[in-house]
Amino acid sequence: MDLQTLTYIVVGLTFSLYVGIAVWARAGSTSEFYAAGGAVHPVLNGMATGADWMSAASFISMAGLISNMGYGGGLFLMGWTGGYVLLAMLLAPYLRKFGKFTVPQFFGDRYYSQAASMVGVLCLLMASLTYIIGQMTGVGVAFSRFLGVSNHTGIFIGMAIVFMYAVFGGMKGITYTQVAQYCVLILAYTIPAIFISLQLTGNPIPQFGLGGDFVGTDMTLLGKLDQVVTDLGFGKYTETTRYSTLNMFVYTASLMIGTAGLPHVIMRFFTVPTVKAARSSAGWALVFIAILYTTAPAVAAMARLNLHATINSAVKSGGDIYATESALVYEDRPDWMKRWEITGLLKFEDKNGDGRIQYYNDKSKNEAFNAKAAAAGWKGSELKVNADIMVLANPEIAMLPDWVIALVAAGGLAAALSTAAGLLLAISSAISHDLFKNILMPGLTEKGELMAGKITMACSILVAGWLGLNPPGFAAGTVAIAFGLAASSIFPALMMGIFNKKMNKEGAMAGMVAGIGVTMFYVFAHKGIFFIKGTEFLGMFGGKANFFMGIEPNAFGGIGAIVNFIVAYIVSKVTPACPEHIQHMVENVRTPRGAKAVDGSHAH
Amino acid sequence: MDKSGKAYWKAVLTLIAQVLAVWFVVSYGAGILFAPELNNIRLGGYPLGFWFAQQGSMYIFVIQIFVYAKLMGKIDEKFDVHEE
Repeated sequence: MDLQTLTYIVVGLTFSLYVGIAVWARAGSTSEFYAAGGAVHPVLNGMATGADWMSAASFISMAGLISNMGYGGGLFLMGWTGGYVLLAMLLAPYLRKFGKFTVPQFFGDRYYSQAASMVGVLCLLMASLTYIIGQMTGVGVAFSRFLGVSNHTGIFIGMAIVFMYAVFGGMKGITYTQVAQYCVLILAYTIPAIFISLQLTGNPIPQFGLGGDFVGTDMTLLGKLDQVVTDLGFGKYTETTRYSTLNMFVYTASLMIGTAGLPHVIMRFFTVPTVKAARSSAGWALVFIAILYTTAPAVAAMARLNLHATINSAVKSGGDIYATESALVYEDRPDWMKRWEITGLLKFEDKNGDGRIQYYNDKSKNEAFNAKAAAAGWKGSELKVNADIMVLANPEIAMLPDWVIALVAAGGLAAALSTAAGLLLAISSAISHDLFKNILMPGLTEKGELMAGKITMACSILVAGWLGLNPPGFAAGTVAIAFGLAASSIFPALMMGIFNKKMNKEGAMAGMVAGIGVTMFYVFAHKGIFFIKGTEFLGMFGGKANFFMGIEPNAFGGIGAIVNFIVAYIVSKVTPACPEHIQHMVENVRTPRGAKAVDGSHAH
Repeated sequence: MDKSGKAYWKAVLTLIAQVLAVWFVVSYGAGILFAPELNNIRLGGYPLGFWFAQQGSMYIFVIQIFVYAKLMGKIDEKFDVHEE
């Protein structure tokens, strides 16, 4: 059976599983639509959260980024997992006790004003829509590569699948589908990693393989990699920082706070039965996430080594890396390179006309290295590799059996679809529940609201599809910005709502507006207003990129969060105090007892 | 808030501060600020700073949440505010 047929079969099987689960778990009430009936076991909720959380960016792009960045890539690993510690301690149990469906509803009640709820809706939409762009482009990439259809057709298929299980199943359908999607994506990620770790280090566990010895030598894998990349003019793999220590610090903080502030993740903690379950469920979520996240650095380092070894035979033999015959002859390149060349994600240009591929850092500032490269007749790096292909091409690079490649296709699609569904639910519940039911049409019946939820879900899918077809940037970049937006607006307002009972509505709103405003201003200055090319206004700052203390726009949410806290504090001091009954409500939210009594809406 | 309510909240905040201190030390401390120095120490085939940034802090985060959940359960019972 050829690879294409096998891929169709594996992907087809997983899709019928998702749709089957959706039919079984149809939502019959708003409680089921928004909170899956509020009775999901913490371990299952942890799995669903893991799938919800691990997006196309985690599955497809992250290992590739780490592979390019080396040590600096740790900011994604620590940032995207460390946020769960904050979530487990600072938000999840209290929001569960509060017992409503959505984040804007918490703002509306805690800050006793519909305006605060509206600001919450707007911040949520900004963050979730930015995020979903990355998911839909990821769906397009995965489909076009694996199913051999065009990028556009891929996005349409993705929309149709999400439509089937999200519109009818709501949170209930999404939860159980995500459990299945987690199983598919984690198998798809770890199986190739185990194979590759065995090949390169003889150790089947990638986490140990990364710290093991390179097969056939007494060098460690990381030591070998350090040597190879420095020989080729790159920075040392285990020490290369992302721009600066300060930038890395702020970037990590932005991702951590953003993780804890992303509404589609927070919503998952409304689905467990008790406060106690909310605490442990965050731990389970992190266990399931860490299985992938501790594998990713091994995948990254091994893929990098494999890539160099494929192109330069001296890497494995230990010979002269600069010798003419070490470089791969273009005509002899492996099939996987030919396949990826078609997608345009891998490009070769024979700059010195010798018919061989030289791949190295031609922007190196190391004089000794540049002299060696010039002496070897190298006239610039001849291979361009898009970071996104590292995970997808990995099984092919390591020459793994076809069924593994087909499984990776299914895993990538599961990751993108599960996160897209979670985000769509966050978006549609903000519109149908917070905007329509609580503000515009308070008389709406439950049946009417359920219908409104399904209609807004369908509309959101159309908008997401359109954004995926006309993406304003590449997948991983927009995802990081979504975290910045959530970090600078939602997290601080939630945290102050619980931990500072004197925080009033004026402070919270001013903080959110200031935080998200500062972050958007910085991002737009670099990437254009609403990411539209040509509207960048870096010129205002002398055209200098990363002009604020060398911090890059993707990391700026951390600064935005600080601005939010400071503005909120100052404004709350000079405006009318928070009413007594609200302060009592906050005290009540702080204790677990009576979690079931508070949320009558969850009874079923 | 009555007296035991205040004591409960104080116990909660103390626990959170302790967990966050460890959280900060392993990630921002060992993984970022002191990573260059720690890289001179080896843990198996890993330079230690690199290990904290790409493996260690994540293992510790997982342990932290379960320890926190367990200790919070104890505090809840001690102050008699746990769920029935």
